[in-house]
Amino acid sequence: MRLSGWGRFPIAECNVLCPRTEADLIAALAQVPSLATTIAPAIARGMGRAYGDSALNTHAIVSMTAFAHMLSFDAHSGVLVAESGVTLADVISVFLPRGWFVSVTPGTKFVTLGGAIAADVHGKNHHKDGSFGGFVEWIDIVGRDGVVRRCARTENADLFEWTLGGMGLTGVILRCAIRLRRVESGWLRQRSIPAPNLAAAMSAFEDNTQSTYSVAWIDCLAKGANLGRSIVLLGEHALADELDVARRPAPFVTPRRRMRAMPFDAPGFALNQWSVRAFNALYWWKGSRGARQTLVDWDSYFYPLDSIHQWNRIYGKRGFAQFQCVLPLAASRAGLEELLSVISASGQGSFLAVLKRMGPQDSRFSFPMEGYTLALDFPAHPKALALMERLDAITLAHGGRFYLAKDSRLSRATFEASDPRVADFRAMRSERGLDQTFSSIQSERLGL
Amino acid sequence: MGLAIAHRFAKEGFDVQLAARRPDELERAKADLEVRYAVAVTLHAFDALDFHAHESFMASLPKLPYVAVCVVGLLGDQRANETDLEAAVGVMRANYEGPATILGVIANFFEARGSGTIIGVSSVAGDRGRATNYVYGSAKAGFTAFLSGLRNRLAKTGVHVMTVKPGFVATRMTEGMNLPPALTATPEAVAERIFGGYQKGANVIYTKPVWRLVMAVIVSIPEGVFKKLKI
Repeated sequence: MRLSGWGRFPIAECNVLCPRTEADLIAALAQVPSLATTIAPAIARGMGRAYGDSALNTHAIVSMTAFAHMLSFDAHSGVLVAESGVTLADVISVFLPRGWFVSVTPGTKFVTLGGAIAADVHGKNHHKDGSFGGFVEWIDIVGRDGVVRRCARTENADLFEWTLGGMGLTGVILRCAIRLRRVESGWLRQRSIPAPNLAAAMSAFEDNTQSTYSVAWIDCLAKGANLGRSIVLLGEHALADELDVARRPAPFVTPRRRMRAMPFDAPGFALNQWSVRAFNALYWWKGSRGARQTLVDWDSYFYPLDSIHQWNRIYGKRGFAQFQCVLPLAASRAGLEELLSVISASGQGSFLAVLKRMGPQDSRFSFPMEGYTLALDFPAHPKALALMERLDAITLAHGGRFYLAKDSRLSRATFEASDPRVADFRAMRSERGLDQTFSSIQSERLGL
Repeated sequence: MGLAIAHRFAKEGFDVQLAARRPDELERAKADLEVRYAVAVTLHAFDALDFHAHESFMASLPKLPYVAVCVVGLLGDQRANETDLEAAVGVMRANYEGPATILGVIANFFEARGSGTIIGVSSVAGDRGRATNYVYGSAKAGFTAFLSGLRNRLAKTGVHVMTVKPGFVATRMTEGMNLPPALTATPEAVAERIFGGYQKGANVIYTKPVWRLVMAVIVSIPEGVFKKLKI
């Protein structure tokens, strides 16, 4: 079966296994078509929302979509036990009406719990609450020996820590327990702060660290005095009595969003520096008319792109690659300035550049660190790929690192230079024999 | 497909009784329904072919249900059925004898109570026998006729019977088959149609409306022409 990640680049012919029960899964893991005497390494796959090749493997992909059962929920602690193929969309649709929301969410709700753990995803509240892993109580992982291992902070702690952010390379995540967050409504109070340049955007973040959610849309084509101009968006879950009187009786009911679809691949020329520049200028103009406070429903607030079915087609047939790095706090200002100067000078930018202040995080292999993260898309085009290599070098020079859930093209040398933890991760994999049993095209490319 | 239907009804607050040959395999489905919809779910061992046990099975249920949905069936392999009579009889029994006998028993229970809805999932394959699946199709045709007769019998008793005719559905039964996307429904879409039909009190529904048209055309082809076609 021809598969790709969300960026539709690269595409690979993959052998896909679809087990339906735990016994099927264990049998599938033991029976993957063997290469000579060794077993071919496998990788689990959920919704395929990692952008690149994290969940691609030509020998054996274990699709976890049949493992989408919720198993128990404790209404006192907010702990949900579920199989790894359950999506965040599922969790929200079941629990928001009862006053609970996911504690950490990335920019799409169409990810599985297994994927969220494997990438240890972060959200707009990272500066305050950390990453997804902080809300995971335990994980059940299946190895190629067919043994299901329960791991948590107090039990098989090593395996637990390595699995958070371990990109599925420590085994197949089968079940997990996650802690939800109490909310009083399905609405968010959003405040937008126009920031005319990078310095203003960064101080907006630093001045608002108490805000639960913060993120900035950044115009990466703005130059000179406007370099880094952004709209910083802050958000809080609205309390029931902050809603209009008319909405108070049903605080979790939000208008159903109209799903729009991207019915075809956009032609290659549709996204060019003029169309992007025009879009960005318009967005800035709209957002810059003073600080404003609005009430926004949860779906539009957290998942603006989810309402456009297959939005990834906007980049056309060739697909796209996302660049996302995080820079340590002390180097953030200089590093971001350099990244943005190079991007704006190249004239290649995307609609979707995002800047976010991250909080401190100490983990074995997860992406986040205290500082600033910048994310933007480029069409998978030779010119853009060359630009991304320049961005890699700037990131390295400032002590930054890269987000594997977004990556499809990083070189092994760059990746190794970016993160001293790579050697430990490799050593852990080889010590446990995982390097022979689990791999993705990404892990092969990066030598994990 | 049965589980998708259970989800759809549970979403409306219906408690669910799941009956299957191996109920232990449904433990996680039970947990899932309970967590998602806060309804009560019970599991019951049931073999559609063991018709001697049907009455005691119904009597053993903790509560007589309001709605009974029968999603019993076996596609089988047409080519094998042409020579292997054991296999052919298996298909005939699983698609006709089993579903018809249990629904006949349920009908008696519902009639005695004076209320209830019986939903039988048959197939478009029962609308006309074709070379590629007539063993399966003929059993479904029998089941469709049974449901029609049952509906007629119960019309004045307060018990309603709905016949469901799915076309292609992407389930375990059809896994690996190359199905035309325009004619193929998801189990969730089928469940949605079934629930809609239940609410309206429909008699016969095609779960993807295009199938009503497709089958009308297929049924209207004169036999002399039809027998020479490959469809």
